[in-house]
Amino acid sequence: MNTPSNLKYTKSDEWFDPATGAVGLSDYAQSQLSDIVFVEILVDEGEEVEAGKPIASVESVKASSEIYAPAAGKVSAVNRELSDAPETLNSDPFGAGWMIKIEGGTTGEVMDAAAYEAYCTGREH
Amino acid sequence: MATIVEPTIFELSSPGRTGVTMPASDVPEVALPPKEMLRSELPLPELAEVDVVRHYVKLSKFNYSVDDGFYPLGSCTMKYNPKINEDTCRLPGYLFTHPLQPIETVQGNLALMFELQEWLKEISGFAGVTLQPAAGAHGEFTGVLMMSAYHKLRGDTKRTKMLIPDAAHGTNPASVGMLGYSVVTIPSDARGNVDLKALEAACDDTVAGMMLTNPNTLGMFDEHIEDVIKLVHDCGGLMYGDGANLNALLGIVRPGDLGFDVMHFNLHKTFSVPHGGGGPGSGPVGVSQRLVDFLPSPLVGVLEEGDDETAPLYGFVTPENSIGRMKAFHGHFGGGLVRAYTYIVMHGPDGLKDISQYAVLNANYLQARLRDTYHIPFDRICMHEFVAEGQFPGSDVRALDISKRLMDYKFHPPTNYFPLIVHEALMIEPTETENKDTLDRFADALIKIADEAKTQPELLHNAPSTTPFGRMDEVKAARELVLCCWLPENYEELA
Repeated sequence: MNTPSNLKYTKSDEWFDPATGAVGLSDYAQSQLSDIVFVEILVDEGEEVEAGKPIASVESVKASSEIYAPAAGKVSAVNRELSDAPETLNSDPFGAGWMIKIEGGTTGEVMDAAAYEAYCTGREH
Repeated sequence: MATIVEPTIFELSSPGRTGVTMPASDVPEVALPPKEMLRSELPLPELAEVDVVRHYVKLSKFNYSVDDGFYPLGSCTMKYNPKINEDTCRLPGYLFTHPLQPIETVQGNLALMFELQEWLKEISGFAGVTLQPAAGAHGEFTGVLMMSAYHKLRGDTKRTKMLIPDAAHGTNPASVGMLGYSVVTIPSDARGNVDLKALEAACDDTVAGMMLTNPNTLGMFDEHIEDVIKLVHDCGGLMYGDGANLNALLGIVRPGDLGFDVMHFNLHKTFSVPHGGGGPGSGPVGVSQRLVDFLPSPLVGVLEEGDDETAPLYGFVTPENSIGRMKAFHGHFGGGLVRAYTYIVMHGPDGLKDISQYAVLNANYLQARLRDTYHIPFDRICMHEFVAEGQFPGSDVRALDISKRLMDYKFHPPTNYFPLIVHEALMIEPTETENKDTLDRFADALIKIADEAKTQPELLHNAPSTTPFGRMDEVKAARELVLCCWLPENYEELA
């Protein structure tokens, strides 16, 4: 399981980069979902989002899953390329797989990489 | 790998070949509509009758059905559908009637619907039943619509939330969303029950109600069901029961007695209406006393009481605060209602109870046989189904691989990856109609597959290898949605 230490994580498996405001789906989550076949970003640039509210919907061959905002603030960018290449979430979850960027906001309930790793290990059984 | 490819019927087509000869027209010719309203081409396949028959018989041999073998698809209750249902639903009096006929000419049909309403009330402990909804999710929508109408009529407009456990069927939040409610997810506790603390914290005067499947999708009967219902009722909410798992309860527990206010029945699960081929389903809804006035219209009622000499006159009645019509005409009459009625008549009260007892016994037998081989995260006495994990420590074999390998052993796979709260879920529901030999063969196959997963994992990764088609590319199928067998020439423009 890859968990970059500069990022914050949520219990619902989003990552948040406090430096850039980028939001995505964790490596653990993409491996649990397996092949992702559909991504729909539910918010637009300029929109205000609340922490904990749905910002995207992701479907894999196993399940569909909502992605929640890890922080409140204004959406400054949306990764439009994901809808044509949803597999990016599997191949590069922390890089090209970013979903939106949130600026000027306060984070919701997040944890650091070590706490998130322990949280994921605890969910294995 | 055995690969048998049957072309599509369009590929088999040859211009000029024909299976029918049209008779001379026996009605006067009329002018065609204007040219702009007509298609320039109608690309139907051209084949002789024998070619059509052979094509579809070949395709049908690729199929797997409950008439073919064991079908343990959890939460779907794929029980054997008795063939007498096929006789009764084709009786001329049912088959050749029209929903717009005067009621005096269809008293037999109305009597059947009235009695079915009464029986479903008796089975479930509810005060009223509508037969209209066309399927389970339609029944959910109907039920939640009645809950919404109930709160509205009382002027209780601040109730905007619906509580739904994390083990719920996906249709529950979808039905709730259709009516504009927001969903509050309630976690399950370590024994697979609703987490009472989390529920208590969520219950307030903005809660319209809760949707609960009991037994839930883990096959667990909620050990605190009465506390759950009391918490919801105490905050002014209504209790919705998802009847998908009613096959565990017939003649044993009545949801109405437990305090549920509304529940849909899946006649295509519990009451042996065929399903799995795309329908038609049938999702009648039962309600408690406080919702009877909100039932859809029309219901079948007695217009004039009968006596020893005369049969009653059945007809249609409209509840006082009815939410209105949920479906054109009267539900899936021949396809659903007649078959379910037949099933109930043939079993009687004791027979219905037997169904649930055998369904629960069969599931527990399989669970006991598999417990040492597959990890069962919520491991206690189950109801009609249970959920195992399709993964082994240190192995890259997943639930999907196990399911595909089961096909090589001539079994339909169980439900995969649901409920979501179990990793690599394999949700197994044997139903009451399987004998011990079948259950043993299935358990033996799963135990053997677990061994193969350790010794020859490639057998699982490449499975199935004995079916007409091998492993399907599910990712490609989901990403490249080409569902059409022919494309109009101007497809690019239309897209």
